[in-house]
Amino acid sequence: MGYKIKSIFIFLFAAIALTGYSKDFPKRPVPPRMVNDYAGFLNSSEVSQLEQKLVQFDRETSTQIAIVIVDDLLGYNKADYAVRLGREWGIGQQGKNNGILILIKPKTSSSQGEVFIAPGYGLEGVVPDAIAKRIVENEIIPSFKTGHYYNGIDKAVNTLMALTRGEFTAEEYNKKVNNPGEVIGPLVIFFLIFLFSFIGKIRRARHYSIGHDIPFWAAMTMLGSSRGSGSGSFGSFSSGGGSFGGFGGGSFGGGGAGGSW
Amino acid sequence: MNTKTRNIIVIVVIVVILGIIFFRFFVGTYDKAVALEEDVIAKWANVESSYQRRSDLIPNLVNTVKGYAEHEQETFTQVIEARSKATQVTVDPKNLDAEAIQKFQAAQDGISSALSRLLVVVERYPDLKANQNFLELQAQLEGTENRINVARNDYNASVQKFNTHIRGLLRKFALSVTGGEFQRKEPFKAQQGADVAPTVEF
Repeated sequence: MGYKIKSIFIFLFAAIALTGYSKDFPKRPVPPRMVNDYAGFLNSSEVSQLEQKLVQFDRETSTQIAIVIVDDLLGYNKADYAVRLGREWGIGQQGKNNGILILIKPKTSSSQGEVFIAPGYGLEGVVPDAIAKRIVENEIIPSFKTGHYYNGIDKAVNTLMALTRGEFTAEEYNKKVNNPGEVIGPLVIFFLIFLFSFIGKIRRARHYSIGHDIPFWAAMTMLGSSRGSGSGSFGSFSSGGGSFGGFGGGSFGGGGAGGSW
Repeated sequence: MNTKTRNIIVIVVIVVILGIIFFRFFVGTYDKAVALEEDVIAKWANVESSYQRRSDLIPNLVNTVKGYAEHEQETFTQVIEARSKATQVTVDPKNLDAEAIQKFQAAQDGISSALSRLLVVVERYPDLKANQNFLELQAQLEGTENRINVARNDYNASVQKFNTHIRGLLRKFALSVTGGEFQRKEPFKAQQGADVAPTVEF
């Protein structure tokens, strides 16, 4: 029984992989990106401009505005799709739920274009449905109708940033998360990693100081700096070196509004 | 030590170990059932509050529409009546059985269909459809329907987890031994036909 099910799954998986057709939500992007255009709606410089802006905004405020452009809503209505995708990706920070998903399905010859702005639970107060509706109707749709896709999105993003700025700040977030149960686990792991790397460093530094006849502490700082490139890979997912740190696990409750063109 | 006492010791040890295993299984099963039940109750609260949110929009909506369409008194009365009927239906979150859910759903469906009639009426009044206040209420109503949809899906997922937990053969036995009184919870049925929430698309 179990084998049968398993083999069916493997078969299905293989079939999907072979045809390259997967009727499924897009996977959370790796490396993480704010702007995800699966439909070729924007050109690459527009995507990177938006990306830069949104990553910067995330770093300043911890509020994550993600843009996802797909060419198929998989039979869901746009609100439902937005909630499901936003939850699956975890846009926004956990506990604050301060993500916004701008979902776009471009117009095709056989179907109308759809757009939906879904704020996470934590932003429903600053981006109420009526405001989301206005952004869609007044800023996005008119631009989209005339083919100015980037403009429409950019205007909407600017408005959303103005609305949500000040609602959450990155510093406030760091202070807010002192719920011990949630923080101690990662802290312990972090401490252990730190401890081990420190012990390793001490060992190597000792080695180094003996071999090179310099004081132990000096060897340690030298090793620290020479290992800078090595720690870069670590920095890339802790949102350090200029790239986006990834979605934080925010949730969505069905708020927001959309429109068609 | 003769073989007899040794056998007794072995048996006692086995019994004690089995006892501990069963005890842990029983306690674990009970605790998980409690946690899952609490989750169902929390998700139910979300369902109720999102329906409540819709209910709260109604007076404002009716008043706005009234200003433009005073001849549609009958439709307004239907909406108000459906609303007051629904507020009389209260559900005890400890007792989410089929009867309670059906009653709740029937009352809320009454509001849904009265609202959809109201929104059909609106179609005949272009001035109203351009009214900013109405447009905002419409966006709120649409968002509320989305929230109801999400809350119902979350509730159903939670109910399914809970029901699966309490109905498994071994776990059922464990729960009956620990004296846990856990009743199956009723999920929402998929909406069909006349029950469909009003589509507020214009």
